[in-house]
Amino acid sequence: MDFGNILINAFGEMISPTTAAYALAALGLAVHFGYSGLLNFGQAGFMAVGAYGYAISTLSFGAPLPVAVLVAVVASVLFAIILGIPTLRLRADYLAIVTIAAAEIIRYIVTTNGLTDITGSANGLAAFEGGFFGLNPFPQGTYNVGPLGMNERDLWIRIVAWSVVTIACLLVWLLVRSPWGRVLKGIREDENAVRSLGKNVYAYKMQALIIGGVLGSIAGIIFTLPRGAVQPANYATELTFFLYTCLLLGGMATVLGPVVGAMIFWVVLSLTQGILYGLIETGTITFLTASQAGQLRYILVGVALMLLMIFRPQGVLGNKKELAFA
Amino acid sequence: MITLSTPARIRRSLLLVLGLLMLVLLGAPAAQASLPSSVPAVHQTQLPAATQAPQFENRIGGVLRGADGPIAGVTVTAKGNGFEGEATSGPNGAWSIGVPEQGTYEVEVDEGTLPEGVALAEGQENPRQVTFANTSSATTLFLFGEGIVSQQATFLDTLAERALAGFSFGLLLALSAVGLSLIFGTTGLTNFAHGEMVTVGAVLAFAFSATLGLPIGVAIVLGVIGGGLLGYVQDAGLWKPLRHRGTGLVPMMIVSIGLALALRYTIQFFFGGATQQLPGSQSAIIEFGSVAISRNNLTSLIVSLVTILLVAFLLLRTRIGKATRAVADNPALAAASGIDVDRVIRIVWVVGGMLAALGGILWAYYRPGVSYNMGQQILLLVFAGVTLGGLGTVFGALVGSIIVGLFVEISTIWLEADLKYVGALLILILVLLFRPQGILGRSERIG
Repeated sequence: MDFGNILINAFGEMISPTTAAYALAALGLAVHFGYSGLLNFGQAGFMAVGAYGYAISTLSFGAPLPVAVLVAVVASVLFAIILGIPTLRLRADYLAIVTIAAAEIIRYIVTTNGLTDITGSANGLAAFEGGFFGLNPFPQGTYNVGPLGMNERDLWIRIVAWSVVTIACLLVWLLVRSPWGRVLKGIREDENAVRSLGKNVYAYKMQALIIGGVLGSIAGIIFTLPRGAVQPANYATELTFFLYTCLLLGGMATVLGPVVGAMIFWVVLSLTQGILYGLIETGTITFLTASQAGQLRYILVGVALMLLMIFRPQGVLGNKKELAFA
Repeated sequence: MITLSTPARIRRSLLLVLGLLMLVLLGAPAAQASLPSSVPAVHQTQLPAATQAPQFENRIGGVLRGADGPIAGVTVTAKGNGFEGEATSGPNGAWSIGVPEQGTYEVEVDEGTLPEGVALAEGQENPRQVTFANTSSATTLFLFGEGIVSQQATFLDTLAERALAGFSFGLLLALSAVGLSLIFGTTGLTNFAHGEMVTVGAVLAFAFSATLGLPIGVAIVLGVIGGGLLGYVQDAGLWKPLRHRGTGLVPMMIVSIGLALALRYTIQFFFGGATQQLPGSQSAIIEFGSVAISRNNLTSLIVSLVTILLVAFLLLRTRIGKATRAVADNPALAAASGIDVDRVIRIVWVVGGMLAALGGILWAYYRPGVSYNMGQQILLLVFAGVTLGGLGTVFGALVGSIIVGLFVEISTIWLEADLKYVGALLILILVLLFRPQGILGRSERIG
């Protein structure tokens, strides 16, 4: 078993665009759940809206990159508003059920055969990333990031993805320490108290839902670009639950928590995969098949989510006083 | 679109469905007599071509009607996917061809067998392509004469057939929904792991019957017992300690998500990713006039109806049932009046687990197939049913689930079949918008 290789792979996962997308979407959830107490279980839906908004406007309407990104963002704002109107007045568990239902509706709609011309149904869409990689300033070649070699496309998407994550973190940090952010935290702690101060709680919640949703939709674009394809199966409810695991790992009411959480999530997944596969190859473990090893990792994710929630709900970076629930 | 805005309308549609059910039950023995004896169709291999094959679960059908009523004795053929079948329309004009797999078939009316003076209407494609869209039946209508079609009757037939299937589906949803609603009512937990309890029932039944070779009846009973055991273990090992720690409802909900992920992948770990069939998953189609239902669906309908009546009886008439309702209403008051709340909750978990497992087994016959994520697929529909009826109310869960089941099946008349769950989820959102406490819920503030 080659430990060096396993570690390099884990490092590769840590800076991969998928990790960046998870970090960004989980940051959106931090705005929703960590700072405002909104239990949004439909973040996968926001990501799907972003990814499909980008892909469809590029493929069906030939929109250039900035327009396509704008369409994706506007679509997610609309989705947030439509979702928010009926649900933001409801109790947390109702909100959870409705958002998860709305995300599934999005997934069923992009999967249906009736819209194959636009959405590609279950096969999804592909070949929409040309505009993005056309902007790549790096000449063709091999680049080394630490021990990791990659081509110019990999480098470009990683730099863009992590720059976006950095900017988003800065923005969220500025937002939550502003007066606006303080009202938001007030709503999380005691909605009625904030309402009695004359604040429009509903409007604040809606703004938080929109901001987190836009982060989710941009994450959806970053998630699809390196794959060069968007498929509905990627946006199932598990995605949201994995994002919650990242968020709770890092700390739900922190700015860097989601980023750290996403990195830990993927590094641990990569390490367990490398070690398990290595042990299976060398014949040390004979009672597992390779696909069972894959499932074992996700069993661990579920168990980790339970244990985190029970024993360390504030996560790695969080403060126990700043939890969205008592 | 069907809107279920007023209780009166709901009552009416329920009455309609109940009436239909009575009809089915009364008509069953008579219809059975005229049916070929049930075919052991588990290991069906290649059938000779051109056989009327009621033993296939998937079928293409329709009703032939002209200006003067049904057209009988017309031959219709279906070709495709290496299969060829034909059927002759009955006295009511209905024909149906069983086909081995879903896919696209070329369906043709043999115009030579049409009676004198009857011809296909203009623009009627013959032969034509018929494609299954994730449902077990595909319908195609051939119009005769100069556009004079008694489409009304055909539509009603379709509606009745879909409603019957929807009623069967709704009742199996209700089995899971009642358990979920009881658990919510007594503990306040929104249990996202309920879908896995559904899966466990079906997977255990499959394991006992296919792997250990037990008869399917025994396997089903063992599967249901296994579901109850899972409920017991969950409450004893996880939920009771959490309750006693004073864990909040939102953290418990997230814990249930972690449990759902862990259970789902554990099931996949042992069961694999493939879809397996329980014994007897292919059953004959029973026809009542032009309304057809598979024997399995009918059995499922009766089993779930009886089970639910039994649960209702237990809740309304027994001591423990009254205690359960008391705990659901106000746990502190119930405890103060001498009810052992933890014991009631334990029983609720066991019963909820058993109901979910039974629901899972019926769901495995309805789909048909057992897979590791089958429970997750209906979890949201169960939630929709529970929310629709009012979170925490048992009879609300029943009514809500039946409405969801009916809506899912009936909406396939207008909606693409792969969108059929969308309608149910949309009603969920609309109900929350206009009547957040649900149909039978108390109108207290829930926001």
